[in-house]
Amino acid sequence: MVTGLIAGQPGLTWNIADDIRQLLLYPFMVNAFRAGTIVAVAAGALGWYMVLRRQTFAGHTLAIVSFPGAAGAILIGVSATVGYFVAAITAAIVIAAVPRSLGGRARSGESAVIGTVQAFALACGALFVSLYGGFLNGLTDLLFGSFLGISSSQVLTLLVVAALALAVLAFIGRPLFFATVDPDVAAARGVPVRLLGTIFLILLGCAAAEVGQITGALLVFALLVMPAATAQQLTTRPRASFVLTIALGLAIVWLGLAVAYFSVYPVGFYITTFGFGGYVLATAGRTAAGRLRRALA
Amino acid sequence: MNLVSLALTGPFGGLVHIFDQPFLRYAFIAGTAIAAAAGLVGYFVVLRSQVFTGDALSHVAFTGALAALAAGADLLIGLYGACVVVALAMAALGTKGQADDAVIGSVFAWILGLGALFLSIYTTSATGANGTSGVNVLFGTIFGLSARQAVTDTAVCAGVFLAIVVIGRPLLFASVDAAVASARRVPVRALGFVFLGLVGVTAAAATQAVGALLLLGLIATPAGAAQRLTARPFLGLWLSAGIAIGSMWAGLLIAYSAPRLPPSFAILGVATLIYLMAFALTNVAKPRTAAS
Repeated sequence: MVTGLIAGQPGLTWNIADDIRQLLLYPFMVNAFRAGTIVAVAAGALGWYMVLRRQTFAGHTLAIVSFPGAAGAILIGVSATVGYFVAAITAAIVIAAVPRSLGGRARSGESAVIGTVQAFALACGALFVSLYGGFLNGLTDLLFGSFLGISSSQVLTLLVVAALALAVLAFIGRPLFFATVDPDVAAARGVPVRLLGTIFLILLGCAAAEVGQITGALLVFALLVMPAATAQQLTTRPRASFVLTIALGLAIVWLGLAVAYFSVYPVGFYITTFGFGGYVLATAGRTAAGRLRRALA
Repeated sequence: MNLVSLALTGPFGGLVHIFDQPFLRYAFIAGTAIAAAAGLVGYFVVLRSQVFTGDALSHVAFTGALAALAAGADLLIGLYGACVVVALAMAALGTKGQADDAVIGSVFAWILGLGALFLSIYTTSATGANGTSGVNVLFGTIFGLSARQAVTDTAVCAGVFLAIVVIGRPLLFASVDAAVASARRVPVRALGFVFLGLVGVTAAAATQAVGALLLLGLIATPAGAAQRLTARPFLGLWLSAGIAIGSMWAGLLIAYSAPRLPPSFAILGVATLIYLMAFALTNVAKPRTAAS
């Protein structure tokens, strides 16, 4: 929001090379791009599985708990990064542990549990903010994101966590896909479906915590769901849509950061808008292609 | 400071004079109506597995309110307008085959992004606005309700309450078994529209009490607890409303006695505690006989 003050109102020109040079002039912006790239890859990979597994609501909740996590960490004087990860991973374990004990009518019961976890987490966030006092400007950044002031050590943390999460995902990727597409057959073939689900939720929590540091807790969901939903509109082949998801995520984040740098409005708005624009275009394109094919046939 | 001295005389020392304070009167009257409406509507939201829809509406409420503020209009207009329009739109989407979670998710993530934009426009505009209004919309200001807001909310919620009482029986039928209900000439589709409209109105009213971010708790938590405690639908319906009202009263009293606690946190804290107790009770009473 205050880019203009720091960068002395950067101007956009028609010379693209010059624009990119301007964009990378300041170290904070280089760090923002580094962090954005890491976050986009992690969010794309885990978001793809999330959309496939229809766990969008759980993903949204994991995204939101990073807010009380960060607020609580700041309140007790620990780094916000620690708070993001601790909160998201704890929530992932809670969500993974609870639903199965509900017996038969799990579906409605599960969503009530998740809704309760989410609302209570946000209420705790409000409490921490109130207890901390005078933290109002930081609050908007926590909720809606800021790409200013990402330190090199923060980038390193993001990188290490993302690498670990992606390594685990690569290890469990195939059985997880099997367990997602047909859990009954997978269980019959000896795939530990439940354990895979828990591990996946923890990984998703890590990804949500990473994204939260760039887009803010409320807009994490955009990077998790939008690239994956768009890619799954465009192709049904798993490998292609997985790669496409990550590519779309990168494009959205880079574009969002670049435009936000030259504008006064928050980065979260641009990231969600580009993501949603891509989704609408993909849906419209698919519908148009389907009509065309039917008209020609 | 009357309030401080009351709060200092003991945890509940000031309770005798609690209704001397107009802001508390408004909070209790509007809060009771909002909680009753949210409890009733929430019961059906959970029963129909539409919690995610409620979640989406909470984001719409934020954007609607801030859009109205950024445009210089009345907050209530944006709030109610956005919630009802989006709720009806989702009802329309839902009838053409269930709207996908990913679609709802993409839409409301973008709507929230718009909310961030409106917040930034509003706080940087020259009208002398400060940053607290965005926070108020997100986390609620039940102790800051004006008389006009309290009257509006109470009237609206009383309307929702009556509507649910009127359509409760057919709505229950349509929610539990839509196919049989439509065969018995229950207007399932129309009921779905009316119901989501009521959810939208309730969401808008609840936003002023507990805030856009927390209204999901007021809708889903009491209903979830009630559904754990009883399988009988009408008992559950009233139990849900009762739990919501109880959480509201207890939360308001706690927040009044301990000024550092935000009222939204106290209300949701009580509701979550009740949910946990319901969870523990039912797990002790029925030790997994049904699971086998």
